[in-house]
Amino acid sequence: MNYVIIGNSIAAVGGIEGIRRTDGDGNITVVGAEPHHVYSRPLISYLLEGKTDSERIKYRPDDFYKKNKCTLKKGVRAESIDTDKKTVFLDDGEALPFDKLLIATGARPFVPKISGLENHEYHTFMTLGDAYGLEKKLKSTKDAKVLILGAGLIGLKCAEAIYRYAKEITVADMADRVLPSILDTEGSAVIKKHLEYKGIRFLLSTAVELDKMKFDVLCVCTGVIPEANLAKDAGIETGRGIYIDAEAKTSKDGIYAAGDCTEGYSAVTGRRGAIAILPNAYIQGETAGINMAGGNAVYDKAMPMNAIGFFGKHILTAGLYEGEEIKSGSVSGGVFKKLFVKDGKLKGFIFIDDFKRAGLYTALIRDGIDLTGIDDATLLDDIGFKLYPKAERDKVLRNQNEGV
Amino acid sequence: MKKIYVREEWCLKCRLCEYICAFANSGCGDIVAALKDKPIMPRITVEEEGKISYAVSCRHCDDALCVKGCISGAISRVDGVVTIDKNKCVGCCTCILSCPYGAIAYGADGTATKCELCVQNAGGSPMCVKYCPNRAIVLE
Repeated sequence: MNYVIIGNSIAAVGGIEGIRRTDGDGNITVVGAEPHHVYSRPLISYLLEGKTDSERIKYRPDDFYKKNKCTLKKGVRAESIDTDKKTVFLDDGEALPFDKLLIATGARPFVPKISGLENHEYHTFMTLGDAYGLEKKLKSTKDAKVLILGAGLIGLKCAEAIYRYAKEITVADMADRVLPSILDTEGSAVIKKHLEYKGIRFLLSTAVELDKMKFDVLCVCTGVIPEANLAKDAGIETGRGIYIDAEAKTSKDGIYAAGDCTEGYSAVTGRRGAIAILPNAYIQGETAGINMAGGNAVYDKAMPMNAIGFFGKHILTAGLYEGEEIKSGSVSGGVFKKLFVKDGKLKGFIFIDDFKRAGLYTALIRDGIDLTGIDDATLLDDIGFKLYPKAERDKVLRNQNEGV
Repeated sequence: MKKIYVREEWCLKCRLCEYICAFANSGCGDIVAALKDKPIMPRITVEEEGKISYAVSCRHCDDALCVKGCISGAISRVDGVVTIDKNKCVGCCTCILSCPYGAIAYGADGTATKCELCVQNAGGSPMCVKYCPNRAIVLE
């Protein structure tokens, strides 16, 4: 059996480990455009901050490919896929035949039309290469005034990453608040205030005109889009991302996709969409790998969830923010818990700096546990398996969990 | 591999397991010095409601969501024990958000901490099991 994996990040690792659960011998070839051993992209901000380094940022140990009997082709790009001949063509001229293919091409930075952008050098902040490039620029720029476009997850993580190198950081966004993809209005206000306290300036509700602004370093952090062109050009069904089902299969036989390049179904909305978070990338990749090797895996529990921190402040969120709000803590104090309950079920939550045993809440959303009759105080501060019916609790506590 | 299981009907709500766990993982040889007047950080939690009580700690799940979700690759299975590499953990708390047992906590050192069956501390084998006075926590 010949397995080919395009991409060498988290979904690819999931794929390799998924395949090796059942098939110890098949040939696995991994094609990675970046010249690196597999590393964790979300850690690039920690790298610039000095909280990790070029060794610890590796997502798996150095002997990972060898142990899993994989051939890694680093710094090589897949240029096209022939789905009939089941062959991937690489930019070094090689043609790789496959029986099963996993497309795990990730995402690429989305750069919108910005007034004056053509007149300025700019940095994006997604890959290890981006991080090293930005670090080099900052180290060679004295008293750097940095302008970051985008007040989302990438832009704010970038601000934290470069904090020690920059003299001045301004974050601009067309939106009227920070982190709109993971926070509600109150949560956004808490984080903005926290970052302002650290000296970061904001220009919100603003369409910048770069030629009228003063800055030394420009970072464009306006989001990412799925890298789906390779699949699209091969005739695989795509929207914004590559369409996959719960088995991580694409519209073409024998071809799977996983991670940020895909659009699968969300368990909380029931709709198709990209959920570009690392746990999803791994689990989708693993699901694909198991199925590619002839196993039977289904992943239909995908939902938005994020754990992220800025300058020591932790934000843990999951699900949808709809229904009745139940709150504890203090928004003005910057520490709170907020639950969103609808039809007797937990739909989502936002926890800022108060997140003990948060995974219990994630499980309540995922498992759709009926919370009718449970008072607010218990829900906010005293949940546990005691809320489950006895039989369920026994199953959970006495037996091995079956996982996802 | 042997795992820790709880027998709900036998739990006395004494919470001795929480204290023993905090002591075993304190790195301190004296239980009084380790715990007295200090915030204790056990890796096992007694849940109670009316007459029900039982302890919850890491299940070392076969399909562990913390391992799959860890953004730094710091959580892995070492000889069956789901283990956190403190040197790689960046303290993002994705594991805390993922664990359906609520069994991972944010440690004082800014990294995630959880039950590792006392394999790396002075206990050598699970201290909560050894000291539970009513054998409500077992390793089997």
